[in-house]
Amino acid sequence: MDLFEYQARDIFEKHGVPVLAAAIATTADEAEKAATTIGGKVVVKAQVKVGGRGKAGGVKLAENPQDAREKAGAILGMDIKGHTVRTVMIAAAAPIEAEYYLSILLDRSNRTFLVMASVSGGMDIEEVAHTAPEKLAKIPVSAVDGISLAKAKEIVAAAAFPADVADQVVQVLLKLWDVFQGEDATLVEVNPLVKTKDGKVIALDGKVTLDDNADFRQPDHQSLVDQDAENPLEAAAKEKGLNYVKLDGQVGIIGNGAGLVMSTLDVVAYAGEKHGGVRPANFLDIGGGASAQIMADGLSIILGDADVKSVFVNVFGGITACDAVANGIVQALELLGPKATKPIVVRLDGNNVVEGRAILAKAAHPLVEQADTMDGAANRAAELAAK
Amino acid sequence: MSIFINDASKVIVQGMTGSEGTKHTRRMLASGTKIVGGVTPGKGGQVVDIDGHQLPVFNTVAEAMSATGANVSVVFVPPKFAKAAVIDAIDATMPLVVVITEGIPVHDSASFYAYSQTKGTTQIIGPNCPGLISPGKSNVGIIPADITGAGPIGLVSKSGTLTYQMMYELRDIGFSTAVGIGGDPVIGTTHIDCLRAFQDDPDTTAIVMIGEIGGDAEERAAAFIAEYVTKPVVGYVAGFTAPEGKTMGHAGAIVSGSSGTAQGKKDALEAAGVKVGQTPSETARLLRAILGR
Repeated sequence: MDLFEYQARDIFEKHGVPVLAAAIATTADEAEKAATTIGGKVVVKAQVKVGGRGKAGGVKLAENPQDAREKAGAILGMDIKGHTVRTVMIAAAAPIEAEYYLSILLDRSNRTFLVMASVSGGMDIEEVAHTAPEKLAKIPVSAVDGISLAKAKEIVAAAAFPADVADQVVQVLLKLWDVFQGEDATLVEVNPLVKTKDGKVIALDGKVTLDDNADFRQPDHQSLVDQDAENPLEAAAKEKGLNYVKLDGQVGIIGNGAGLVMSTLDVVAYAGEKHGGVRPANFLDIGGGASAQIMADGLSIILGDADVKSVFVNVFGGITACDAVANGIVQALELLGPKATKPIVVRLDGNNVVEGRAILAKAAHPLVEQADTMDGAANRAAELAAK
Repeated sequence: MSIFINDASKVIVQGMTGSEGTKHTRRMLASGTKIVGGVTPGKGGQVVDIDGHQLPVFNTVAEAMSATGANVSVVFVPPKFAKAAVIDAIDATMPLVVVITEGIPVHDSASFYAYSQTKGTTQIIGPNCPGLISPGKSNVGIIPADITGAGPIGLVSKSGTLTYQMMYELRDIGFSTAVGIGGDPVIGTTHIDCLRAFQDDPDTTAIVMIGEIGGDAEERAAAFIAEYVTKPVVGYVAGFTAPEGKTMGHAGAIVSGSSGTAQGKKDALEAAGVKVGQTPSETARLLRAILGR
């Protein structure tokens, strides 16, 4: 889960990373009040989970609370790269002398953690990484050893931080490691990390990505979920415990196992090329135990999607038995009754396939037809969706 | 022959007394795997009867190894306890640890992987994987044993059900070993590790490699194939239609920027001389053409 800047700031503060006073606002009124409380000049910052908001006009300096009110009014509701601004952060303005960059992340390629640090921080860090890679220090960090004081000093030296801020940056780095490890983050990024005119080092903007697998030991993270951003179908699926992602096509997809379902999307998209460009409408993985209830939940979500014109159920029975899946489909259609209105192509293979196919054949539901192969089923589902 | 496991593999099940552990111990036994015991901390000394097999339970992997001579461990313990279980196996210098558990925090898997590297005596497969099977010899994990039998094909895949699908497509030819390496961001055994083992395995004559979006493992594997692998390799990559930035089940299957796309992986594999199928069935046909079957 990616966090908003204000959520990252709060987590930084909790772990002792130096940040500026700030508050969030969802209306111009609230923005004015927040600016009054903070006092002096403030920065009004759009809260969107996408880069480039500064260039899009989503970050403005405000001279006083009245100005903050106006700037917030203009930024709230703004569309930044498809993200609607629902919240702004009002933060104290700091006189900046230098901008640095600091991040800790999971390095998948090398199966370890990595710190990246640069004294050339700010908006153009990606440009720096490309054109002047020597200005971006990359230091691997062992997942066993973590960042010790000695390691932090080594990193700060490698990135050539100036002597007058080096000690402060070392402390920031140690606290960012606390954030990274303590919060089960896969990315903690500070850009820019600034030196103010009075010589203080402060995290001015942050990005944090949290590992959902760690939710069992991070109960606080549940409150960080952005309810507004969720597609209604995705929210409904999540409530039922289904792994569902809404896409923009016409063929509803249900399958078992993430890899097979992803492959099913691709196969449907290829088949769709011959049928007027029909594409998959969703990703839905019912996982290992495909009970009647799970199948009913999945089918009702997919049939509730107005974009769906046909459905493709693609199951390879490994541990899951095809007869259980077939019973699930039959019972799901009984549960749904007249709400089920779209043709369903079913391809079953693997564990107990003969029994599974026989159950569907016997039920002879008018909406259901069976196909022998994955490619054949994809073609038929695409054909039905194109009608 | 086969890779990583064979008919001499002696397997213990960490988490055997849990419901998943018991269920899959039964399945592994039924497919001929030599299961010699289980490990559940606090339940050492018990003997569990699974379909007439009297299986001793130990508190630690070290105890299990010294009592049974086990050389493979398969881990079914829940995410919360998985790190401790794998560390226990590494401390016991268990040669091969297959971690089936799904949903392990990446800080935990990064940690036990790093620990295994510092010790240098344990190979980890997974986590979040279906395990591996050398049909007719040994089956460690949750891959169904009845899809196909022994044969000359080696298979390596991030995905469980795609592994099953591909084994099914080529069931008349059969497999030396099929390895599901898992789709998590940090995994113990990579495509490259399996490709190297298949290249060196005299009973494997052709290799199927299945990848999916996310990371750069397939691109690295392509470079390795060009340099090292002389046996024919066919490939399949899932996730062409996956939108950017959306996670689809596997934590690893996240597209970020331009790296890790399905197209990028396909291009890299083809540049290394690997024939890449558009669907699993087409991939199977490409392999058939190579083997002339």
